Amino acid sequence: MVTTNTTRMTGAIKAEARDLSFYYGDFKSLKGISMALEEHKVTALIGPSGCGKSTFLRCFNRMHDLYPGNRYEGGIDLKPDNVNILSSDVDPIEVRMRIGMVFQKPNPFPKSIYDNVAYGLRVRGVTARSELDDRVERALKAGAIWNEVKDRLDDLAFNLSGGQQQRLCIARALATDPELLLFDEPTSALDPIATGNIEELIGEIKKNVTILIVTHNMQQAARVSDYTAYMYLGELIEFGETSGVFTKPERKETEDYITGRFG
Amino acid sequence: MDTPMADTPMAQGSPTARQAPDLARLRSRIASAERRQKIFAIVGVLCTSFAVLVLLAAFLDLLFDGLPRISGDFLTNFPSRRAEQAGILSAWVGSALVMLVTMLSAVPIGIGAAIYLEEYARKNWFTDLIEINVANLAGVPSIVYGLLALGLFVYQFGFGESVLTAGLTLGLLILPIVIVSSREALRAVPIHIREAAYGVGATRWQMVSDHLVPYSRGGMMTGVILGMAEAIGQTAPIITIGALTFIAFLPPPPIGAEFPFLNFEWLMSEFTVLPIQMYNWVSRPDKAFQLNAAAAGVILLLMTLVMNGLAIYLRYQVRKKIKW
Repeated sequence: MVTTNTTRMTGAIKAEARDLSFYYGDFKSLKGISMALEEHKVTALIGPSGCGKSTFLRCFNRMHDLYPGNRYEGGIDLKPDNVNILSSDVDPIEVRMRIGMVFQKPNPFPKSIYDNVAYGLRVRGVTARSELDDRVERALKAGAIWNEVKDRLDDLAFNLSGGQQQRLCIARALATDPELLLFDEPTSALDPIATGNIEELIGEIKKNVTILIVTHNMQQAARVSDYTAYMYLGELIEFGETSGVFTKPERKETEDYITGRFG
Repeated sequence: MDTPMADTPMAQGSPTARQAPDLARLRSRIASAERRQKIFAIVGVLCTSFAVLVLLAAFLDLLFDGLPRISGDFLTNFPSRRAEQAGILSAWVGSALVMLVTMLSAVPIGIGAAIYLEEYARKNWFTDLIEINVANLAGVPSIVYGLLALGLFVYQFGFGESVLTAGLTLGLLILPIVIVSSREALRAVPIHIREAAYGVGATRWQMVSDHLVPYSRGGMMTGVILGMAEAIGQTAPIITIGALTFIAFLPPPPIGAEFPFLNFEWLMSEFTVLPIQMYNWVSRPDKAFQLNAAAAGVILLLMTLVMNGLAIYLRYQVRKKIKW
């Protein structure tokens, strides 16, 4: 089914989905997806609403475990240790400690800016004030928001603008040094300028972390990603280097979607 | 992308010349609709003012009768055979101590149950059953709680006719209110905040204790206070468990000057509460005692108003700070 569009992955592989299926109760919403994420690259998931791209993304940090009636089949191997993170022997908390997530709607906690970023560290048992200070500052710098908030770290995060809140959420995820960072349509609630900032930031942080991003916006996928996967009705239709998928897609369905004839 | 133009009626068929609308008819229809809405507004104002006026009249009547009797002495005197010397010291102290027990019992149990039902319990027939029961408990007549307490706390557990028994009984009475309002407060925390906490690796308990409880504290406290305001006026269950109507002593103070500073004898003490003191005075033929009852009623009402005011203030504070 999958057409692999000139996929010569040159770098190391960070994670690999193997024949992954997912069920909401009896409904099979992902149908045997196999694809690999290259380390320090951005992989974008595109496709029409309901195609399963967010469902696929949320398998990577076991978010589906929070709700009853969900079931995985197949696996996702996290490299280099080759742990199948969907295995029932693996604690979902452990998975979420290794894989961070940024959500569609900016969702800072109703706490101070500092406490938002420090929370993930505190959950991991970091209590020394000097270490917390240091890592919060580093994360806020990595989230490109340090200059805007350094003088008001004790302010409530809710007082920031939407774009700032989303960068704070990215900093919160980066603070714990994740191996893989998931973005679920991170700019769909933001204006074009804030969106531009986030896209620039994604280009910056991929130097240190592997990124998987769901986006509704094909221009965004083309701008930020190295690899693109097109999904439709729970299936992976085409996966390959972004330049290839957007300029000469191998499947008719992909071409129809990209050119706006469908979707 | 999703609504092709061809589906809209505007684009269907060939354009036809439109006739001028019958403006006179249109205007008369609008005028009659406006008339009806004005009539409803008047009816609404009447209904509202009726409810408010009746309450206000009752309150003013109580105030006129009772206010002249309220003084420092009234608050610091024990009840007496002479109406002019009688006071409500033992009653308001009793009410305060009973409320303390009520709060200390209902808050942890109610909030614990709410967190369990909302965050931990799996959805199945058993939790459905618990939910229906909790909802129904709120509608059980308060005297039934009194009977239950008489059998369970007074005789079975041997707590006697004490502050402890009364406090636990009222705690049981307001438990459904605390559970239901705490669950609502927990449910008001949006899913995306929960997912944010889980997303950085929090366990369920860390999510609950670091996020849900702090963010819903205001809503929970509002429910607790409203429950207490309801409990403080309860008379029937307290009579059932055998509170005395004439008490000329205070329970031993809970806080002592000597080590260990805390003293729990008051829990087992006999007691009376404000509504019972009122009931006792109202049932006497002497008019002077009935004025005492009105004065006690004013005090009771003020306590309730202060509690409700506190609940409103808390809710306002929470809404100001946390907007999802």
